[in-house]
Amino acid sequence: MGSIVVYIEQASGAARRASLEALGAAKSTGAETIAVVGGEGAETCAAALGATKAVALVGGGAHSADALAKDLAAIVKESGATAFLAAATATGKDVAPRVAALLDCTLLSDVTALCSDGGKLVCTRPWMAGKAIATVSSSAGVFVATTRVNAFAPAQGGSTATTTRAASTDGKTKVASIEAKASAKLDVKEAPVVVSGGRGMKGPEHWGLIENLATAFGAAATGASRAVVDAGWRPHGEQVGQTGKTVAPQLYIAVGISGAIQHLAGMRTSKVIVAINKDADAPIFKVADYGIVGDAFEVLPALTTAIAAAKKG
Amino acid sequence: MNIVAAIKRVPTTEATAKVGADGKSLDQAGWQYMASFYDEIAVEAALQAKEKHGGTVTVLTLGPSDASKELREFLARGADAATILKDADPSSRDALSTAKALCAKIKALGADLAFFGKVATDRDNAAVGAMVGTLLGWATVTDVVALELSPAGGKARRETEHGVETIEFALPAVITCSKGLCEPRRSNLKGIMAAKSKAIPEESFESAPSQQVVVKVELPPARKAGRIVGEGAGAVPALMDALKNEAKIL
Ligand SMILES: Cc1cc2nc3c(=O)[nH]c(=O)nc-3n(C[C@H](O)[C@H](O)[C@H](O)COP(=O)(O)OP(=O)(O)OC[C@H]3O[C@@H](n4cnc5c(N)ncnc54)[C@H](O)[C@@H]3O)c2cc1C
Ligand SMILES: Nc1ncnc2c1ncn2[C@@H]1O[C@H](COP(=O)(O)O)[C@@H](O)[C@H]1O
Repeated sequence: MGSIVVYIEQASGAARRASLEALGAAKSTGAETIAVVGGEGAETCAAALGATKAVALVGGGAHSADALAKDLAAIVKESGATAFLAAATATGKDVAPRVAALLDCTLLSDVTALCSDGGKLVCTRPWMAGKAIATVSSSAGVFVATTRVNAFAPAQGGSTATTTRAASTDGKTKVASIEAKASAKLDVKEAPVVVSGGRGMKGPEHWGLIENLATAFGAAATGASRAVVDAGWRPHGEQVGQTGKTVAPQLYIAVGISGAIQHLAGMRTSKVIVAINKDADAPIFKVADYGIVGDAFEVLPALTTAIAAAKKG
Repeated sequence: MNIVAAIKRVPTTEATAKVGADGKSLDQAGWQYMASFYDEIAVEAALQAKEKHGGTVTVLTLGPSDASKELREFLARGADAATILKDADPSSRDALSTAKALCAKIKALGADLAFFGKVATDRDNAAVGAMVGTLLGWATVTDVVALELSPAGGKARRETEHGVETIEFALPAVITCSKGLCEPRRSNLKGIMAAKSKAIPEESFESAPSQQVVVKVELPPARKAGRIVGEGAGAVPALMDALKNEAKIL
């Protein structure tokens, strides 16, 4: 089997977990891996990835996606790699289709499993927001795919022979600014625990209850139903569901969410689902592993206290 | 501006998945269809661009003749023209093949701005917009949540896991639309009447073979049945016990 080029996102020299999962997926096939890292700190990050080899793209600054895609496609071509992977993050989803188009290959998005079948890569990916699972391969010269966040075990690091390459700077778009969000806040897509609130929370002024529970877990993010986002109670970035984000955390807690099919589409593959709803017939209980029938305003404080105590040991 | 909005006809969110007889497709019996959610936003963004800067909006789909229903609705909302690149089953066409066909038509239309949804909700590729932009060699911004357009270009905001990026671009450009960019308008009676008499041409196109090979399609494993651990705050200890000792996640 040929080698796999994996694009690694990083911040200040530390690889993003989702990218390490993509690298883990690549390594699990037994193929040689070529990790490509860009941005400030690329060399430090690349040298510790544990890939077969690595390329640090230097001097690109805030890379424009088309320039980055051009560099990645060139590395795939020059190395003779037979596959390209990136994480299905906002950045990965932006770059991977461009790399695919430049290579004249199609893209398999959001793959949830990947294996080598006698040297040929085969993957599974969701259709219709996970209502069906397709097993697909690609007849293209290069197998180009993005890996779903939280679906693969991250690669363990290790020292990696790294070369540098000047990043292209002739992008058609310019990154004018990046407003980083408060670093303490995890995104729903990457958090191991997601606590989501719905219309049952009655109003934005009660979100402290949701946030307190998330804080009690430590590494947790807050999510929301679309009804709540449309009402302006919570930002769009927190919406879970078919027209929001698809999440698959270790633990998903739905509070005051009825469990409409469009919401389920975004969270039904979570490892464990807990629902808190005052209506025993709410559809969310059909997918929940554990349910509490009750008033969120009573259950949340008690649960928060219990989780905080458990976390303390 | 010569503006295109690309829309895909997809099954409604209520459509249930059933594996087809060949084990490699979905049984579409009983399905209803709609324009993909984000494509509604793409059309609205196109109409707003036209209202601000003048020009025309062409709504383009690669799909079956029946897609004329969705296209007519967009004509009623104010689009000037609509075209079908005729394909009986667009869901089985992969992202690159779809992108190539749309790309050729967008070129032929002489467009300088094309709006796409960020993802079509039948195959969840989230790829066609960025592929078209790349094949055309145009500036391309994906997942856009806010847009400031000027006659020569603009600024688009996109949300990532880590913050908000502001991207500057010059026309010609491809924009893929995310939720929050704008609220799709409804059609009114006058629009509906005006749209009735408009022709929706159906065209053939040069079809590049799909590279995606479907091995099999399955339904996801059913979640194992859960249970109600109790009622009210008094059920918290039972939930904690289940999370610790059964699910082993604390
Ligand atoms: C094309 C399309 C796309 C969509 N995409 C999405 C999407 O991505 N994500 C999404 O979430 N939705 C989506 N929806 C909307 C979806 O259909 C539902 O309308 C929405 O999920 C409902 O939100 P909710 O559960 O917060 O509100 P409701 O359905 O109103 O449910 C509120 C729940 O709170 C419970 N409750 C009330 N008070 C309390 C209390 N004190 N304590 C505990 N429980 C209480 C009620 O019993 C009820 O079950 C989409 C719809 C369409 C048509
Ligand atoms: N068959 C099609 N006809 C027209 N536009 C399409 C088609 N397929 C995809 N698109 C456009 O590309 C976007 C992304 O689709 P996808 O990459 O398939 O998720 C959609 O939201 C549409 O704007």
